[in-house]
Amino acid sequence: MAASCARTVGSFLGKCGSCSSSISAVTSQLSRQVLSRQICVSSALRRKNLAAAGPEKYTMEYIKKQVEEFDIGKRHLANMMGEDPENFTQEDIDVRVPCCLCGHPDQVFPKQRAIQWGEDRRPFHFLFYTGKQSYYTLMHETFGKILVIEKYQDRLRAKGLLTKDIKQISLSASRWLKKEELEELLVENISIQDYNRFIQLMESLLSMPYCTIEEEFVLRYRQNLEAQSRKQAMPVLERDERGVAFSTADGRRKTSDSTVTLRDCGSGRITINGRDYLQYFPVLQDREQLMFPLQFMGMLGRFDLECTVSGGGRSSQAGALRLAISRGLLSFLSDGEMENMRQAGLLTPDPRVRERKKPGQKKARKKFTWKKR
Amino acid sequence: MRSRLTFRGTLASMAARALMKGLLGLRPSRAVMVGYSVGGHHYSTAASIKPPPPQIDDSNVTDKILSLPLEKPDFFRVSELVSLKELFDARVHLGHKKGCRHRLMEPYLYGCRLDHDIIDLDQTVEHLQLALNFTAHIAYRGGIILFVSRNRQFCHLVENTAKDCGEYAHTRYWQGGLLTNGNIQYGPGVRLPDLIVFLSTLNSVFQQHVGIRDAAKMNIPSIGVVDSNCNPSLLTYPVPGNDDTPVAMELYCRLFKMTIKRAKDKRKQMELLQGLCSTGPDRL
Repeated sequence: MAASCARTVGSFLGKCGSCSSSISAVTSQLSRQVLSRQICVSSALRRKNLAAAGPEKYTMEYIKKQVEEFDIGKRHLANMMGEDPENFTQEDIDVRVPCCLCGHPDQVFPKQRAIQWGEDRRPFHFLFYTGKQSYYTLMHETFGKILVIEKYQDRLRAKGLLTKDIKQISLSASRWLKKEELEELLVENISIQDYNRFIQLMESLLSMPYCTIEEEFVLRYRQNLEAQSRKQAMPVLERDERGVAFSTADGRRKTSDSTVTLRDCGSGRITINGRDYLQYFPVLQDREQLMFPLQFMGMLGRFDLECTVSGGGRSSQAGALRLAISRGLLSFLSDGEMENMRQAGLLTPDPRVRERKKPGQKKARKKFTWKKR
Repeated sequence: MRSRLTFRGTLASMAARALMKGLLGLRPSRAVMVGYSVGGHHYSTAASIKPPPPQIDDSNVTDKILSLPLEKPDFFRVSELVSLKELFDARVHLGHKKGCRHRLMEPYLYGCRLDHDIIDLDQTVEHLQLALNFTAHIAYRGGIILFVSRNRQFCHLVENTAKDCGEYAHTRYWQGGLLTNGNIQYGPGVRLPDLIVFLSTLNSVFQQHVGIRDAAKMNIPSIGVVDSNCNPSLLTYPVPGNDDTPVAMELYCRLFKMTIKRAKDKRKQMELLQGLCSTGPDRL
């Protein structure tokens, strides 16, 4: 840079005659000195410092060439396979050539920014000189929206129509975009502080009562959560010869397996393995476990239960039966009631199993007596 | 020995850059500063050099377009935009308290009333006219103007002003090497701003903005609205005035926007005129 500047300065001084300005006189001396010094530079300095160059940057022409070559290759493949070259999509390639390591160049080469300035070298974006133009444009836009909402509220207040109870934006079904997702959206790197600032600004926007005006803008930066209550595998509701509805369901707990058939229009009789439940479970606690799902839904005397259970002990059999009863009940319930059951924990299978004994210990957790010396 | 080498190197590059900046707009035949007088102050020209023989028609036309504004002192009539009454109504004369006063601002102060400093609006008018005239010339020549203000209250206003005139703004956290390390920050071959306008010279912690020092280092002329607690030394065109009141800030933004738009329109007009003049005789 200095050398090129010095050279141009030298040429400029050569063009016009004597310049009386002192700066140029000094420059000419210095430039000559600099020029003479530049000649005896060692070859080691001229070698490119590849490590300092950073990750390889692909130019737009290179990527365009790659895209063209990819399209030509795709058409060749289509011809070879005997398919129509015009409508040969990426899925067809994946099916035909499953071991193909590279995809479309747009996925292979990371998303980069094109040159940010035009022919006269004036940058395109008005916030170019901040360094993070997309992020700061976003902040600028968001603040603009806040001002719009404030003005709207002021106008309503002036007319006397300001009310606090307006429909708010439903935010329960979504979450804010994560930092990585925002970076992807903006094609720019942001720091954690910048991200937190952005979230803070959005929260302040949402705290205003009339934020529903800018709902569409806010939802652009929110990600929908997957439905929490995944569709439970509901047992089929069958009808027997008499027209009575019944359903069958399974349940497991520890090492016990159970199958339960719930029959509607019953009187609350429970039969387990052919025996009455009072006989099978002498202990009150186990019988309570059986009754809990029905009592929770308020359908105690409605169903007749026919159960079979095997394996495990008294308590685990009761738990397995409870799960089976809850599952069987699902086909008789609405979605809201099913959500209630899920929240109560009736539909979650208990994952606890017996932990194995480890060598070097007495039991699963109990250790041998620790001796200091 | 090596340190002396690098020092000379930077001096050479800085001086070379200053001359290059002159080369951007002017032909090598003219000196950097051309004489003009504003408000009765005369600015001396450097000794003029013999003009080169006329070359191609195109460069002659550009020459004419670029040299025409330099003939009159107030070519863009910026003195019409600024009036003392307007400044007074926008409360530009209100400075900070006596305790916050910066020593170098004392020549710009009219006085002190009940511990509040009052800025001399006569001087403000002069300085503002100089500054606006300079902005107009830079905008006429297609220079890049960067608006800087670290006052959070007016960040949105300044950015909107910059967007409206088609210039650039930076009202956010100033990273260290934005001007001095431009090639690495933005990419190789970036063009740095030709003028930086500080609508508030202090940053959020009441220290002088880093941009003033950086602009001086990179030989970029700077205009700055200096309040009674600011340091006007490194600015090329300081404008003493209030930088905390919303009315005053809106006034400054409006003035700069109007001058820049005026200058750009004038340039387009000139290009059309000269284009017509140059093609007219050819057609005949």
